[in-house]
Amino acid sequence: MSAGFIERTIGSLVSASHYAASAEQTAASRGILQRIDPRVKVAGLFGLVIVVAASRRLEAIGAVFVVAVLLAVLSAVPVGRLAAWVWMPVLFFTGAIALPAIFITPGRPVLALAGWFVTAQGVRSAAFLIARAGTAATLSALLVSTTPWPWVLKSLRTFRCPMVLVAILGMTYRYIFVILQTASEMFESRKSRTVGVLEAAERRRLAAAAVGVLLSKSLQLSGDVHLAMQSRGFRGEVHVMQDFRARAADWCWLGGFAALAGAAVWWGR
Amino acid sequence: MHIPDGYLSPATCAVLYGGSAPFWYVALRRLKRALHTQMVPLLSLFAAFSFIVMMFNLPLPGGTTGHAVGVGIAAIVLGPWASIIAISIALVIQAVFFGDGGITAIGANCFNMAIVGSLAAWAVYRLISGRAAIDSPRRVVAGALAGYFAINLSALVAAIEFGIQPLLYRDASGTPLYAPYPLHITIPAMMIGHLTVAGLAELVLTAGVVAYLQRAEPGLLKGTAPGAPAHAGERRGPARSGWRATRPLWIALAALMVLTPLGILAVGSAWGEWTPAEYANAASRQQMTAAAGGQAPPAYAPAGLRHLASIWTAPMPRYAPPFLQSPTFGYLLSAVAGTGLILLVFLLAGWFTNRRAE
Repeated sequence: MSAGFIERTIGSLVSASHYAASAEQTAASRGILQRIDPRVKVAGLFGLVIVVAASRRLEAIGAVFVVAVLLAVLSAVPVGRLAAWVWMPVLFFTGAIALPAIFITPGRPVLALAGWFVTAQGVRSAAFLIARAGTAATLSALLVSTTPWPWVLKSLRTFRCPMVLVAILGMTYRYIFVILQTASEMFESRKSRTVGVLEAAERRRLAAAAVGVLLSKSLQLSGDVHLAMQSRGFRGEVHVMQDFRARAADWCWLGGFAALAGAAVWWGR
Repeated sequence: MHIPDGYLSPATCAVLYGGSAPFWYVALRRLKRALHTQMVPLLSLFAAFSFIVMMFNLPLPGGTTGHAVGVGIAAIVLGPWASIIAISIALVIQAVFFGDGGITAIGANCFNMAIVGSLAAWAVYRLISGRAAIDSPRRVVAGALAGYFAINLSALVAAIEFGIQPLLYRDASGTPLYAPYPLHITIPAMMIGHLTVAGLAELVLTAGVVAYLQRAEPGLLKGTAPGAPAHAGERRGPARSGWRATRPLWIALAALMVLTPLGILAVGSAWGEWTPAEYANAASRQQMTAAAGGQAPPAYAPAGLRHLASIWTAPMPRYAPPFLQSPTFGYLLSAVAGTGLILLVFLLAGWFTNRRAE
């Protein structure tokens, strides 16, 4: 009980590393989406996310969801993991937010529950929210589960994202794991030295001090990394090697994504 | 507060991407000029730090735990511009890689938390801390209030974004297509959680980290405290400057804001501030006649007045925001919002003047 919050913090730090590790594992496995040019994947899957957000028909959103699940199965992304990491959180979070809407949205009553009326418009509105959030989250999970992060970033260059931002995103991602490791070790070492019950105020001081130490360690590390970069010739300009080559199959996939997005837009008008 | 995909319409998302873009551009330009080769590693490491801080469980008074965004501490240590970029980068990675927040809503999330949060935290911290010594307890209070105010302002902006969705986007049957709740539900729903748990988490974290840095790394607090002495008792700059000199004025301003609901007790409308509707109201006409020395007003509002009055509808008409039921609270909120806007204008003006002077 005394170290409850320490354990919870270690738990969330560890689960973030697990998520990233297993995403990298599936990205390296053999599947349909893993074989596509990352630029096509980024454009295609992000395009579908926008289509899902813009669609005004539940059936069109449902169709995109079915295609996303099909792509997940064909790309060796375990459906159980999608359910645990994407669908359940969406259902719990968005479901909790959408639930009151089925009662309080004005419209045609279809059901009476303990003096409250469920309206057709309310049910549809809640379904829109859950379907959109679930499908979009599945599509972005598909992208990161089938593409190594450096490739996602490299393909952002194709879409004219400023080079300096791409470099910062890449370095941030790398150092998230370094700092994650440091934070996790800090909490574990503190936990192993803690005997008895910590007062609430003591726990707060501990958390704030941990954040403060982590902050000064991060800034120290940034100074070291800066010196290391300079000693290797970094003068403020970022250069990225651009070696993606689209094959005929990639163009076909791009056409496929465009056709699916076009069909969903037309159907979901 | 990480808005997922599907809660905001694509048009709202596009507007908020557009609204965030100039801030990102200015922030990157300023940082590149100031930091040059140091910018990439510094922002990367700080963004990574912000990302991790968002995962920390903070024990709160009352026995619960909460997560903080870390925007208060980022703005205090790095200044508002670097904080905008660092928090935005952390939010982008959270959205794209970890599915926390939507891809279409990245602009909205960055606008709410990174931009509004950083600027609000920095302004409140600078305003309250003034030229207090680096190790002064006032800096801890300033940090606490900066974190608390920033996260609540971010939540308010998010609540407004949610609340306008059903007003703007419905299908033919009246079904809201995006976030379904109107402003009078989204604002209390978001604000209750943020004024209590989430705000408290940010308050505890920011105050705790400022207090820790005062003891362990006071140098990190100097970046956003120009001219502040290292220890209380040392004096740099003109005597009785900043907060101390203007303290009675701030206290008076706060007292006046608290007393604003007394304005509701006054009967009738102010002379010359009549609305077109009041020309048709018998009681209002009587007051207007009495105020004009017995001369009756025209039977209808003059055409010019009617036309001009319809051009602009204020967001808080007659100091009574339409989404609030209580006129007292509406009056108070109007006073706080109005004072905040005026302070913001003066802060910006002061900032521009200082820049030109440099």
